[in-house]
Amino acid sequence: MLTFLLKRLGQLVLVMLVISFIAFLIQSQLGDPVSQMSGMMTSPAERARLRHSLGLDDPFFVQYARYLGNALHGDFGTSYFFKRPTIEIILEKLPATLELVLVAALIVIGLSIPLGIYAAIHPRSPITRLIMGVSTLGISIPVFLTAILLLLVFSQSLGVLPSYGRGEVVSLGGWYSTGFLTVDGLQHLILPAISLSSIMLPLFIRLVRSEMMESLGQEYIRFARAKGLKKNTIYYKHALKNAMLPLITVGGVQIGIALAYTILTESVFQWPGVGFMFLEAVNRADIPLLTTYIVFVGFVFVLTNTVVDLLYGILDPRVNVVGEKNR
Amino acid sequence: MSALLKVFLRSDLFYHFRRDKVIVVSFTILVVMILMALFAPVIAPHDPYDLSAIDVMDIELPPTWMEGGDPRFPLGADNQGRGILSTILYGLRTSLAIGFFAVALQMVFGIVIGLFAAYYGGILDQLLMRLADVQLSLSTLMMAIIISAIFKTSLGAEFFANHAVSILVVVIGVAEWPQYARTIRATALAEKSKEYVEAAKVMGLKPLRIMFRHILPNCLSPILVISTVQIANAIISEAALSFLGLGMPPDKPSLGSLISNGFDYLSSGSWWITLFPGLVLVVLTLVVNLIGDWLRDLFNPKLYKG
Repeated sequence: MLTFLLKRLGQLVLVMLVISFIAFLIQSQLGDPVSQMSGMMTSPAERARLRHSLGLDDPFFVQYARYLGNALHGDFGTSYFFKRPTIEIILEKLPATLELVLVAALIVIGLSIPLGIYAAIHPRSPITRLIMGVSTLGISIPVFLTAILLLLVFSQSLGVLPSYGRGEVVSLGGWYSTGFLTVDGLQHLILPAISLSSIMLPLFIRLVRSEMMESLGQEYIRFARAKGLKKNTIYYKHALKNAMLPLITVGGVQIGIALAYTILTESVFQWPGVGFMFLEAVNRADIPLLTTYIVFVGFVFVLTNTVVDLLYGILDPRVNVVGEKNR
Repeated sequence: MSALLKVFLRSDLFYHFRRDKVIVVSFTILVVMILMALFAPVIAPHDPYDLSAIDVMDIELPPTWMEGGDPRFPLGADNQGRGILSTILYGLRTSLAIGFFAVALQMVFGIVIGLFAAYYGGILDQLLMRLADVQLSLSTLMMAIIISAIFKTSLGAEFFANHAVSILVVVIGVAEWPQYARTIRATALAEKSKEYVEAAKVMGLKPLRIMFRHILPNCLSPILVISTVQIANAIISEAALSFLGLGMPPDKPSLGSLISNGFDYLSSGSWWITLFPGLVLVVLTLVVNLIGDWLRDLFNPKLYKG
């Protein structure tokens, strides 16, 4: 287990190095801090001095090493627009996105497992047809369109739910602010969370159904049936347990993928999270913020993948986590 | 030609096709949409690119059946006074074109990389597939968003807007090649161990010839299946990018930028500007996805899961 852990940590560091190199490459090629800092009237000599004092005339790899060193201390540069460290801005926007993803994940888990199990147990029932039909439709509707439709119906026409922003938030000390504690904050969460979950729900229902059907077709289920065990025992104790494993791996990876969809959801609802911030950074050509976001996204993906792998190794004793061919 | 048609009409594919009503309907809708997109300049009542035809008085006119509608604009007009029907036809044209070209690019990348990885194996295979894994775990949409964001900031918004079509084709093509590469690698690996490849090797044929003339033709059915799904994905990706302002500009609309453009006027009650293009997008992707599912069930190739 320890070897596996170390190996995974090594991979994590390697991938992060590659991502930080790409981020640095973008920053050094696109962003020119000197032209950002100096005005029209600055003389070329002044610019050269500024360039030298910032270390921009150093060799490429010296600059990269400096970038890495700063990054290790949590310094990813200063945003052109906000004039503050980029990492601070991301941390400030992060709670909004985290809460959105959390609520969406709860909706997905809470609905996909019962619906998927039902569809697997009763493959021919009309309700199953309905579930599967709606989920095919759901995959074909882009997430921003679902969001627009929800806005149109619940906010514009019926006027029962608020449309934009995060509502009233409570600060929990430091950079963390939550919308969970106020009614207004919770109301603002409903539509964005439903939109975000709408894209993953169909995938999860299909996944739960196919995994459940696969384990229901196994020998040990037939044996349990022959033994005369109760149907519910077979379904929930024997079959479901084995169907859950792939769910954890696919589900974990999906959390990373959800980040891409948060950009879309946040842009429709003007949700003040990291995705919305990223889009604004693109439009303002705020390159330090942009590259910090890329590093951040890379880190989230690597982290979720590593955690999922570890969980998989712990949950399934058959998985040979140390061996060369572990898949 | 007629002999070929006869063979096709008697084939299994056509038999299964005829029996499935949903697929016949989907296929008909798709063909009609492609034809409408191809002949958009002929069918469309107005030319949305023609600035002289735009009238300020037509701005945000509702669809014909609503109060205040104008028979010249069956589906209403947008915030610039362009007919929604015409912009949708032209937008469909742009979306489909980007979808097809992006998938063609992915196919070229995927086939070359997949075949080389399968044929040579070893370190090359490991390297390429690991790269594909990393890129897939980053999610294709995220890749596309980040790549086009970088393009937009480095090339400048104006250059980006002028070359949006080719940039989007490259972005989506580069972001989504791994699915192709993995599918083709998996099929090619199975083909590689078959006797005809062995025979071709013994005959002293060059590896390139074996890969592209012998193995590739036997990988065609998974390529066909994955292509339909990928076209749907590419169209959705394009729409998402355009919606975020990282794709087609509003004056050269695709379905995504039409939706995005109309979204700004949703709060003033003009729902038709955004909903009609949205509906067309959903029907298009639904139909392509249904055909893709059907083809997959029919050929049942051993596609990579996930």
